[in-house]
Amino acid sequence: MTRPLLEVRELRTHFSVGGRGFMRRKSVIRAVDGVSFSIHEGEVLSLVGESGCGKSTVGRTLTRLEAATAGTAMFDGRNILNLSPAEFRPLRRDIQMIFQDPFASLNPRLSIERALAEPLFIHKLVRDRWTARKRIAETLELVGMDAKSMSRYPHEFSGGQRQRIGIARVMILTPRLVIADEPVSALDVSIQAQVLNLLKKLQRDSGVSMLFVSHDLGAVRHISDRVAVMFRGKLVETGKKRQIFETPRHEYTRRLLESIPRIKGRVG
Amino acid sequence: MVLLDIRDLDLSIARGGELLPVVQGISFTVEENETLGIVGESGCGKSLTALAIMGLLEGSAVRIAGGSIHFQGRNLLALAPVERRRVMGERMAMIFQEPMTSLNPVYRIGDQIGEAILQHRRMSRKQVHERVLELLDLVRIPDPERLIDSFPHQMSGGQRQRVMIAMALACDPKLLIADEPTTALDVTVQKDVLELMHSLQTRTGMSIVLISHDLAVIAETCDKVAVMYRGRIVEHAATSALFSNMSHPYTLGLLGSIPAHDQDVEWLDAIPGRVPTLDELISGCAFHPRCFAAKDSCRTVDPVAAAVAPAHFVRCHFPQGNST
Repeated sequence: MTRPLLEVRELRTHFSVGGRGFMRRKSVIRAVDGVSFSIHEGEVLSLVGESGCGKSTVGRTLTRLEAATAGTAMFDGRNILNLSPAEFRPLRRDIQMIFQDPFASLNPRLSIERALAEPLFIHKLVRDRWTARKRIAETLELVGMDAKSMSRYPHEFSGGQRQRIGIARVMILTPRLVIADEPVSALDVSIQAQVLNLLKKLQRDSGVSMLFVSHDLGAVRHISDRVAVMFRGKLVETGKKRQIFETPRHEYTRRLLESIPRIKGRVG
Repeated sequence: MVLLDIRDLDLSIARGGELLPVVQGISFTVEENETLGIVGESGCGKSLTALAIMGLLEGSAVRIAGGSIHFQGRNLLALAPVERRRVMGERMAMIFQEPMTSLNPVYRIGDQIGEAILQHRRMSRKQVHERVLELLDLVRIPDPERLIDSFPHQMSGGQRQRVMIAMALACDPKLLIADEPTTALDVTVQKDVLELMHSLQTRTGMSIVLISHDLAVIAETCDKVAVMYRGRIVEHAATSALFSNMSHPYTLGLLGSIPAHDQDVEWLDAIPGRVPTLDELISGCAFHPRCFAAKDSCRTVDPVAAAVAPAHFVRCHFPQGNST
């Protein structure tokens, strides 16, 4: 097998809380406490777990939004955790993140065109407005939006449309790894399905690798190739999607699967 | 015995000098000891319906424009405010999605539950304390003697929702309205809270109206289901009848939208388009722009609710299930 695109070894991200004030003891929260996994080219790995298990912190550490305490994350042969900010900057194009809340992740004062043009210019992928506009129009259509919507502002769009715009802003950079942190959980059920289908299609067509962070086991089953189950900062089980869902080995995975309400007599 | 009987309820919201309908002509009943599920997406009117039953729309921009809400045989909308408040506080209770924002952060949880009791009952401090401990025990809070003096932030989300349930049960309500009670909780905690609600119902005989966006939660917990879309009930049936013979294209669309965790599906049958905003005028059936079965008549004529089977009503010109 080829070398993985991303190989994470013994990743730890600890936060210290408290301190300050008279006699206050500092304590350490081990949000991520020795996590190892790898993602190959074109593969979707899901990180699944309940709130507070540290799954989002893994994604945030890999995009350097949080500082790692220990461990390595080899991306394309380089440990992204110990690069200087300047060395990491060009890699930001390759490692992109989709956030949960489409209302908070778009600047309300920028038109869609400017919001999507900004990363293109920052990463010097285009040199003039006209090329940028053409790329933006193509990308908007790719995510199922009308190219004409680029002159409008975020407040004019519904949550689902905003999430499509968020996805467009990521895909326009043709990244190699997308980290999607609960990308559909803020959306209505019928819209979740559209966005999940869209993510799956874009991933297949572009061959981008994805780390899909979610608490929603149905969504995870829909989109992943492999699944890693996280509990209290550690991975309790990693495996092929089928194996995790059909023959879970760890007790926590089984409990998680048994807790999901079911629709009896479901067909098709 | 019918406990709650809602007929032709209309709710409107005042916006920019005009009244926009937000809930239109909904009718349903809840029997004693029965659980009704109301399912729908944001903006469909499910929460406003609950607030109307609880009398919590006063002071908001939403007005009750028509219809009746009978509770134990009396029309709540015709009661004097004092009388209404007594009925609503004591015999009905409501729990909300986010327990953190429904609890007061600066009071101990024991005092908050105690206050709910003292609003409606005359008791000594000692009696109240006993009753609070009893309620905490009832909702399976471990070590109630210790936790009675906790503040909300010291508890987990699941514990806070248990405290809300304890508060709701303080006066032995006949009706509990639960608006997305487990949406903010983890699945393992959700399971415990839903089981708790069910066992409390078995014990007290209360009725429950459970509002949720999650069809699977409804399927597991409710006796009957009302599916709402844009202010109307579009399908209404006993849970088993609904799930074995889904008839409204929207209900089918909701089901198709949920990715299953127990089988592999290549693509989800997503409903196209988006949930319409309130100020959009849609002629005919409000669902027709997103509907796979829509024909010309759907664009012009708003369908009325019709039975596709006994006690199974569908508001659609072209119901999809097997009619009998």
